[in-house]
Amino acid sequence: MKARVIVTLKNGVLDPQGQAIEGALGSLGFSGVAGVRQGKVFDLEVPGTDAESARSQVEAMCNKLLANTVIENYAIEIYN
Amino acid sequence: MKAAVIVFPGLNRDRDMIAALTKIGGAKPAIVWHQDTAIPDVDLIVIPGGFSYGDYLRCGAIAARSPIMDIVRQRAEAGVRVLGVCNGFQILIEAGLLPGALMRNTSLKFVCREVKLEVVNADTAFTRGYRHGQIIRCPVAHHDGNYFADAETLDRIEGEGQVAFRYAQGTNPNGSINDIAGVLNAGKNVVGLMPHPENLIEAAHGGDDGRALFAAALQQVA
Repeated sequence: MKARVIVTLKNGVLDPQGQAIEGALGSLGFSGVAGVRQGKVFDLEVPGTDAESARSQVEAMCNKLLANTVIENYAIEIYN
Repeated sequence: MKAAVIVFPGLNRDRDMIAALTKIGGAKPAIVWHQDTAIPDVDLIVIPGGFSYGDYLRCGAIAARSPIMDIVRQRAEAGVRVLGVCNGFQILIEAGLLPGALMRNTSLKFVCREVKLEVVNADTAFTRGYRHGQIIRCPVAHHDGNYFADAETLDRIEGEGQVAFRYAQGTNPNGSINDIAGVLNAGKNVVGLMPHPENLIEAAHGGDDGRALFAAALQQVA
């Protein structure tokens, strides 16, 4: 199974990189852009053909390594 | 007191740390490579600074999950003193041995300069060589030292004396919440800080404000 993990900063956690990107977009002429937040995407292949099993494996990976749940949220997408 | 220094690939402040521990403690610390399966019987475990695993994923994240950290965790639970400086602080945070998180500096820049630190809690095994509220000088060198904790955690650590050091006199170099520079665990036997006290221990460094931290950490409790 293929999986995609999207890691984003929790609400309320300051994102200076997002702010810098927002500033750069403004200076490129994209006026009015607001609320830019940056994050990470992981694509991975996990063994097996059962979507639920794949999801629980990836969830364990997120909790143990891929995300720092003190400051980050994660979302998991499973593909065939 | 016996000390051990844990070394991960990519650290670069391990030599400075070993030199400081040797000069102040009078004996060379044991050097433990991250693949070693045991840590000698020591009273102080130190994780120095640098860039373990190239700061991949998040600073300290990969080192924090290596098997040697399970042993560090067991020793910490048994009351052994653990000190993490800079990347060592990031590793202890990522390992869950200290509360909160360390994020990219708000300036987005690597900062390498001297700051002023206020000793917030002088009643610990690491800080009793200082006075409560004492202002000391200390160098910093990091890109990801912006301390963050949610409101509940922040209230708890401020209330329980778990803030060891704060950036003082407007010298916060990274945007840390409440100017926090170093924190302790609930048991006060684990401490982490972003500044480098090992780089200010003798006249040749331009000062020795960092010395008392090691002198205290290496001293038996009377």
